[in-house]
Order: sequence, then structure tokens, then C-alpha cells
Amino acid sequence: MKKNDSGANGASGHDTARRNFFRKLGRAAMAVGVTAPSMAAPAWAGATFLEAFGDFFQQHYKKMSREEIEQVLERIERKARERHGVDINCENTPPKKNAVFGYALNISKCQGYRDCVHACVEENNLGRDSQVEYIRVLEMDQGSTNLEESDHYYDPETVPTDGKYYMPVQCMQCDNPPCVKACPVEATWMEPDGIVVVDYDWCIGCRYCMSACPYSARHFNWTEPEIPAEKINPDTHYLGNRPRPKGVVEKCHFCIQRTRKDKQPACMEACPTGARIFGNLLDPDSEIRYILANKNVFRLKEELGTEPKFWYFTD
Amino acid sequence: MIRFIFAGMREAARGSVRYRTWILGLLLVIGYGLIRYIGQVRNGLVVTGMSDQVSWGFYIANFAFLVGIAAAAVLLVIPAYAFHRKDVKEVVLLGEAMAVAAVTMAMMFVMADLGRPDRIWHMIPVIGRFNFPTSLLAWDVVVLSGYLALNLCIPFYILYQRWHGREPNLKLYFPFVVLAMFWAISIHTVTAFLFSANSGRAFWHTSLLAPRFIASAFASGPALIIISLQILRKVTGYPIKQSVIDMLAIIMMISMQITVFFIIAELFTDFYNEGTHAASIHYLFFGLQGLHGLRNWIWASVVMNVIAMIILTINPLRKNGRMLNVAAVLAILGIWIEKGMGLVIPGYIPTPLGEVFEYSPSSTELAVTLGIWAFGLLVFTLLAKIAIAIDTGRVKASGDGVPKTA
Repeated sequence: MKKNDSGANGASGHDTARRNFFRKLGRAAMAVGVTAPSMAAPAWAGATFLEAFGDFFQQHYKKMSREEIEQVLERIERKARERHGVDINCENTPPKKNAVFGYALNISKCQGYRDCVHACVEENNLGRDSQVEYIRVLEMDQGSTNLEESDHYYDPETVPTDGKYYMPVQCMQCDNPPCVKACPVEATWMEPDGIVVVDYDWCIGCRYCMSACPYSARHFNWTEPEIPAEKINPDTHYLGNRPRPKGVVEKCHFCIQRTRKDKQPACMEACPTGARIFGNLLDPDSEIRYILANKNVFRLKEELGTEPKFWYFTD
Repeated sequence: MIRFIFAGMREAARGSVRYRTWILGLLLVIGYGLIRYIGQVRNGLVVTGMSDQVSWGFYIANFAFLVGIAAAAVLLVIPAYAFHRKDVKEVVLLGEAMAVAAVTMAMMFVMADLGRPDRIWHMIPVIGRFNFPTSLLAWDVVVLSGYLALNLCIPFYILYQRWHGREPNLKLYFPFVVLAMFWAISIHTVTAFLFSANSGRAFWHTSLLAPRFIASAFASGPALIIISLQILRKVTGYPIKQSVIDMLAIIMMISMQITVFFIIAELFTDFYNEGTHAASIHYLFFGLQGLHGLRNWIWASVVMNVIAMIILTINPLRKNGRMLNVAAVLAILGIWIEKGMGLVIPGYIPTPLGEVFEYSPSSTELAVTLGIWAFGLLVFTLLAKIAIAIDTGRVKASGDGVPKTA
């Protein structure tokens, strides 16, 4: 497993040399916006001119210093309050040392309940009206792995159906991610813990990454995602499940807000069959390492060279 | 220099009633497109027909076609500057004007497709983060901007000299002309690579894509130039020699033959032993799971391309002015379908996970597209008018300002 050390630590603030006019301008605007929230005039649809100014000139995640990120996190929380009337907590938990996350999914156990899908929607503040889902469970014919024969919208009274098996597909967190290469503005990258993330405040919405992804794992906010206030999950991460604007791409991020705090991803926690195993690939004692060493595993479209960190296995 | 620019602007602003009506009509279409675009920015791309399944649509289809048109201007540049053909040199500025208009439209189509046009500055190196040379889209931005600059600067210099009544210094601008020749090929190659780079999309992931792009561009480009030159000849009385049109017709003939051959090669490879990699082309030509939104379009395109090829190939037909125009119009439409929607949309159908979900452009997309085309026509009209006026010596540094109507 290649370890990416290019480093997402925007908080490191080592790049003072690249400071520039626009950045300072944006920072000044943000600072004023923070110190003078009372200036917020309702005439600006809940956002002050300075707030909008700070939004516009916000720098790339990796270019921001620690205090700049703090200011942005505060602004995200403030905007969530204005937009949804909900107090959220937006964090920037850094990657853990010596951790690269991977996933293994037992397709002999999966029964196609889609509990993972629903848990993911709730955990990750996915737009309810837009019906974006990071996980898609494919109903496959026994005896075939042909995706084109799969049913994406199976809806019988009860599952599993005879003669079918189920294959959940989500972002494979490729170690050689074609989507990252595609992005013209480096708005998406692989974190040191192996998670491919998106800076929703940097993405220009060209959707080239969606064309590049061989797993249909990326989703676009065709409109402003709507979530009922009582449904909002207030525990968020900058690179994870914080509220997203319209016009940007998003995707599964292995529940970065949970997994960086040693919690299981929501899909694993929700699965009633125990088909889902998430863990640290660098830990030789982890369950996922046991599976990789002892089970017959395969990866989806491995021949494309994307090196997924998501394995399927059977009992 | 400033006087020169003002002279050009003055020339663009004056003209006959017919000219003004044409400009006004274009402005109205542009205005309507702009209004619909503002609606798109306000509501998000949800107002288009695009989806997570088919994430690029009509905008990118037009973009791909127009990059080809822009590249084809080189077919006038090479004979004019490298082979010093006098007859071609007389119209090369018009070819470059068309390149400018086409690149401008191509860039506008990409802009129209962006979810966050307000963040376009993120692409600017140093203040933003430009993923060059890794991202093919970054490459496309570089080559298109460069091509636009070249096609603005070379004619600007030449016209500026003519305006002063001086002969342009070939030694000075020839290096840029050579650069522009290679650059023209590069813009369409990079645009093809933009698609063929995606190994997850079997329909695009073929090394034939770039050669196909170039071949079809060299058929549709000359076709559009042939039509435009005749219109200009009729409207402005600018002398355009028949030998230029004959030369373009020959280029078009060869390119169309190669284009049809490439399509056959593609069809054979995909269908002889049909596997899952052929699913997209199956959708395109026959439909999948009962859905066949592009089927009639692509067959119409094939028929148009083949008829155009036959007309061009048979000597007496090609030399017949009316038949040549028929062939040119068929080639433009046929390749617009084939390289536009016929190329972009099947790349997404079925999705990498095997879902068949169709796409058709919404009224917003059609209106914005119309607006952008009108803008391109406006750019071409204005540039051609200024170029012709200066080239014929009607507008020059000394004695300028005597208004004459075109």
C-alpha cells in the first residue's frame, strides 16, 4: 500500500511563500466577518457582504493556515445555523499516524436490506430531495458478475430474492484514483490515511472526476441539497459530512468524521448481517488484515489499475 | 495602436441596414441565452437534463465539435503561410477569425457547464491551484487559451501593418505561424485525450479517438469555411477565388473518406465479437433495454456523412457549386451529431455500474447553446468585417474616418 505523504495538512501553514494579494484580501474579509457578526443584515439573505467576500476568496484547504481553517470552520457552523437553524459542530480532525483505511465486504452475508444505504444518508447529511446515495446495492443474478445485468432499483416485498445475490458498491477509495488525476484544480485528493476527499469550497463543478470514476461513486449537487432541520447530523468534518453547497461534487469518505475518531463508519454499524468489515490496513492484527490473508477476495474492475482499498470476499 | 483599435471598432459599428438588423438579431438571441443562463446559475444545473448518470451533455457535445472547427482553420494557415499560396493568403484572416470565434464558443460552453462558474479563478496558476500537467482538463485550458492568443495576435499584427499601409514582416510573424500550425493539431488531440483518458469508459477509451477527431474536424471545418466564404463573397463582395474553395473541397473529400473509414473500423471492432465493451455503441446505434434516444440521430448522421462523401468523391459532383454546398451542409450536420451528442452521451450509457439512464437536453440547455452560437456568429461577423475593411484598404491610418457603408 502506497502511503501518500504529500499531506493534506492544510493546517501546517508551511507555505507562507505562496501568500498573495487575494488570499490576504480574503483573510481580512473573513476576520472582519468573524469579529463583527452583528453586522449581518437580513437584506443580504442572511449573509453579509463580508461573509460572501470571505466565501469567495477562501483558499484551498491545503493552503490555509491553522487559524484560517478555524475561521472557516466557524463560518460553516454559523452558516448552518442561518440556513437550517441548527447548531452543528464542524471539525478538522487530522489523519491518524500509521493508519490507512480499507474495507472488506462479505457478499455471502449481504442480504440486500439496504440498511447501510439509509444509515449513510442520515450520517452524511445527504440531500433528501435530491436522493443522492453514496452506496448503491446491486441485485445480481446468481452465476454472473455482469454489472449490466444487475438491478439497481430492486424493490420486492422481502429480500433476499431467490436466485439473486447482492453487491453493495460505493467509493473504492482507490490508491491510484483516476478522479484525483482528472480534477483541474486539485479540489480532490487522497489523504494520508488513504481516504479520497473533496474540498467542497474549492470544487468548480466541472464534473470531469465523475467521468473518470469507473465506479459511479461521485455525485453532483445539481441543486441546493435540502435536509429537514431535525434530520441534520450535527457532528461534521470539513472534508466529510458538513453541509454542501450546490454545484459541487461529493462522494463517500469512509465517514471521515467518525473513523478518524476510532468509530466505525455508519454503513458498517448499520449492517445487521455483519457483512461489512472496516479497518486499518497497516495494523497487522486488524480484522481486515485477517480477511485479506485468509479469505478469497476480489476487487471490482481491478484490471483498470485503480487499486481499490475496498475488497469483496465470500465465506 | 489605440487609434487602430478605435478604427476597427468604428468599422464594426457602422454598416448597412441589413448588417445592423443581423447584428441586432444576434444580440437578441444572445440576450435570451444570457437570461436563461442566469436562471441556470441561480437554480443550479438541475435545470439541465444532466444527471449523476449522464454527467456531461449538450454543452460538452458542442464544445467537442467546436474545438474541431477551430483546429480546422490551420487548413488555410498552412497553404497560406507555408506554401505561400496567394489565393489562400487573401482569405486566411477569415479562417483565423473563424478559429477565434470557435475557440471562444468552446470556452463558453465549458463555462456554461460549470457548477461553480464563480470559482473559475481557482484555475489560475499561483493564486489558484492548477492541476497541470496531470489533469487533461487543465491541458485543454492551456491549449485553448494559447490557441486563442495566437489566432488573435497574428491577424492583429498583420492588420495593424496593413492599416498603416505597410507590408507585414514575414520573418517576424512566421515563427508564430508555425507554432499555430502545431498548436491547432494539439487542441483537438488534447480534447480527444480528455475523453480517451477515461479507462473506465470503454466507448471513449480507444486510441482511434484522437485520429477520428482530427479527421472529422478536417471535414467539418472546411465545410463551414466553404459555406462562410460564399456567404461573405455574396454579402460583402470581397473577392474570394474559386481555387480556394476547390482546395478546401479536396481536403474535405479526403477527410470525409478517412472519417467514414474510421467509423467502419470502430463498428467492426466492437460488433464482430460483441462484448460488454460494446454496450455503449450498441446503445448508440440500436438502443439498450428498449431505450434508444440517439439511434435515429446517429443513423441520420451516418447517412449524411456517406452522402457527403459520395458527392465529394465524384469529381463532377464536387465541382458543381450547388452539390458541393449540399455536401458541406451534410458534413457539418453529420459530424456535429457524430462528434457531439453521438460521442459524449454514449460514454455514460450504460453507467460503469451497468445502469441505462437516458439524457436529452432541456430547454435551458438549448437556449443557452443557441445564445453561445449567436455570440460566436457575432464574433465572426465583427472580426470578418474589420479584417475585410482593412485588407481592402477601405479603412486605413491616413484618411480614416470617412464613413462608407459596406
